[in-house]
Amino acid sequence: MIAHVHDNNINYIKTKTGLLSWFVTKDHKRINMMFLISVLIFFITGGIYALLFRLELWTPGTHPLITPDTYNHYFTMHGVIMVFLVVVPGIPSALGNFVLPIQVGAKDLALPKINLTSLYLYWIGGILAIVSLIAGNADSGWTFYAPYSISKNPAVLWMLTAAFFLGFSSILTGLNFIVTVHKMRAPGMTWFRLPLFVWALYATAIMQIFATPVLAITLLLLLIENFFHIGIFDPAMGGDPVLMQHFFWFYSHPAVYIIVVPAFGITSEIIAAFSKKEIFGYKFVAFSSIGITLIGFLVWGHHMFVSGQSEVANTVFSFLTFFTAIPSAIKVFNWTATLYKGSISLQTPMLYGLQILFNFTIGGLTGIILSILSLDVHLHDTYFVVSHFHYVAFGTTIIAFIAGIHYWWPKMTGKMYNEVWGRIASVIVFFGFNITFFPQLIMGSQGSPRRYYHYLPQYQIYHQISTVGVVILALGLVIALVNLLISLRMGATAPQNPWGAHTLEWEAAESPPVLFNFKETPIVTHGPYAFATEKT
Amino acid sequence: MAATALQEHEVAHHFDDLEQEFDSHKLGMWLFVASEIMMFGALIVGGLFLLYLHPDAFAQGRPRLDWRLGALNTFFLLTGGFTMARAAAFAQKSDQRKIQQNLVLSLLFGFGFLVVKTIEYKAKFHHGLLPGPAFHGEGFTSLHAHVFFGYYFVSTGLHALHVLIGMGLMVWCLILSRKVKFTRSYYTPIELAGIYWALVDLVWLFLFPLLYLVG
Repeated sequence: MIAHVHDNNINYIKTKTGLLSWFVTKDHKRINMMFLISVLIFFITGGIYALLFRLELWTPGTHPLITPDTYNHYFTMHGVIMVFLVVVPGIPSALGNFVLPIQVGAKDLALPKINLTSLYLYWIGGILAIVSLIAGNADSGWTFYAPYSISKNPAVLWMLTAAFFLGFSSILTGLNFIVTVHKMRAPGMTWFRLPLFVWALYATAIMQIFATPVLAITLLLLLIENFFHIGIFDPAMGGDPVLMQHFFWFYSHPAVYIIVVPAFGITSEIIAAFSKKEIFGYKFVAFSSIGITLIGFLVWGHHMFVSGQSEVANTVFSFLTFFTAIPSAIKVFNWTATLYKGSISLQTPMLYGLQILFNFTIGGLTGIILSILSLDVHLHDTYFVVSHFHYVAFGTTIIAFIAGIHYWWPKMTGKMYNEVWGRIASVIVFFGFNITFFPQLIMGSQGSPRRYYHYLPQYQIYHQISTVGVVILALGLVIALVNLLISLRMGATAPQNPWGAHTLEWEAAESPPVLFNFKETPIVTHGPYAFATEKT
Repeated sequence: MAATALQEHEVAHHFDDLEQEFDSHKLGMWLFVASEIMMFGALIVGGLFLLYLHPDAFAQGRPRLDWRLGALNTFFLLTGGFTMARAAAFAQKSDQRKIQQNLVLSLLFGFGFLVVKTIEYKAKFHHGLLPGPAFHGEGFTSLHAHVFFGYYFVSTGLHALHVLIGMGLMVWCLILSRKVKFTRSYYTPIELAGIYWALVDLVWLFLFPLLYLVG
């Protein structure tokens, strides 16, 4: 125990050396950094797939290098990697892991071994996804709909197994967060002094724990169905494929909120910190995360309006879906109200934060359009849907992920990145993203179906604009990444609190933090956004 | 027995005291169990749906399961749950001997469950009551009898896997009980294994009527 006390004067990166000390670590900060590197590698991989099939879509008709089967394979890989290996674990495991314990004033997550287990499960899932790649063409789409997914394609089988392990990784992270928030808060850290990022991760964790197991059993049953044909999802054997869809969306709709709610948390932190203002309506923002979580469990059927489910079910699901607009809108309005009369500084994280306000408004409103039954019959499975969920999953979540990486980069690495290049990248990303996805809303509204290899010539212009957008987007992302990596070598040493924020990771922990985060357990005497006190 | 050499448990570095550590681990286990309940919950809802879809398969399949064996297994699991609770109670009194006795009893009940399950499975294999295309049971008019047995094997198989995991936790507690001293303020492993066993019991209490009694 005495040795630990000595360790606690050195930052977490330097406490121990050697690669092995990272692989067996129980320190949440080191585990976070390994998650971050892994998630970024898969993000690049998934992005390359998107780039490839967008190039194929430059012209209608066949393509000499990308056959229809390859095309199906590419969009499946893009979907599976981006959902299960990037956006679901991204913010909780690869940012929250670092930030949450420090924000509540704890030395570590409550269950450090479980945290390491979660990382290893993630790696197992990642390796299985790569095995699937070698095994052949996974072409079921990320939704694994039966009966196509039970036609014994080995690549699909490996992918199902990969997603199964990734699910447990997600469950364990969520479990750890809930225990930590309940049991590990520093003295004086009351529930309403918790930063909104913690509230968001807490709400997310509820969904991770209660929705993901339903995915696990679904994937398991799909695997069993492949080998034994027990007849639960296979119509040829007396099963019901629509039951599979119900199970799948019981997870995968909450999963959308697992993806986006942590992004709301980051947005709240950044908008407050760069407006130098107490967040408007703290409790409303906090409880809106919980509200989204609870409603999120009751709306899965809106993915199945054209699956033949009863009209009563459709009406109820449609009605409930409208309700999700309320907590979502509370957030957008409260962020906007926070900006009002704030002293806004347009630094890199804030530039991304403002993009989220714009992108999420489009992502949210298109969601309301899709929840209207009559419109959905027309828009179902078109590019409109593709664009809608990319406005949420990329325009909100990935942008928030990048914002969060920039915001906490000085804390995680102890280095400042180049501010000018950071801003340039963020502007390019904004235009690249919107040029990619706005045309898809238009062609989707005209009825262009998603996942098609061929398309009618009238849609070519939209496809071409979209492909140009992807290239611009990729350029922006590369600049952002290079800028961050260069800062590791050449960046200025980061001060403890470069943004002047009031949450514990800035006020009480060094950059980078010491092994147990704080030299002494902090005693919390004010809320997370106590900016008002500065002015007086 | 080895009581002289038992060590005191040390609180992990990131906790302030034993109580915080105990509470955290216990909450963690409850959340994990809640997650498992959602998993089995979905499986059971799937079973109910199959019952609704193919009532004839369930009506003809059920008589092929022996409810007496199912009832015996229910007894094994619940009694095992009782002895686990006893182990936790004795842990709070630091009675290392009685802890071990009750853990061994629980293990035996778990083992008994698996033996009965194996006997049942063997009989099904023997009569060709198998999932999917392998099914060749005789005397069925329902076209979907294989669905009932497919579901039977999947649900009870997954449950049996959890019985095994629960028994693994008991073995872990037994090994620990020879090294570490369980006291009023530290008996976390036994409490956790006990909570997990409650899950195993609970799931069976839903599977037993669904498979052996309804239909």
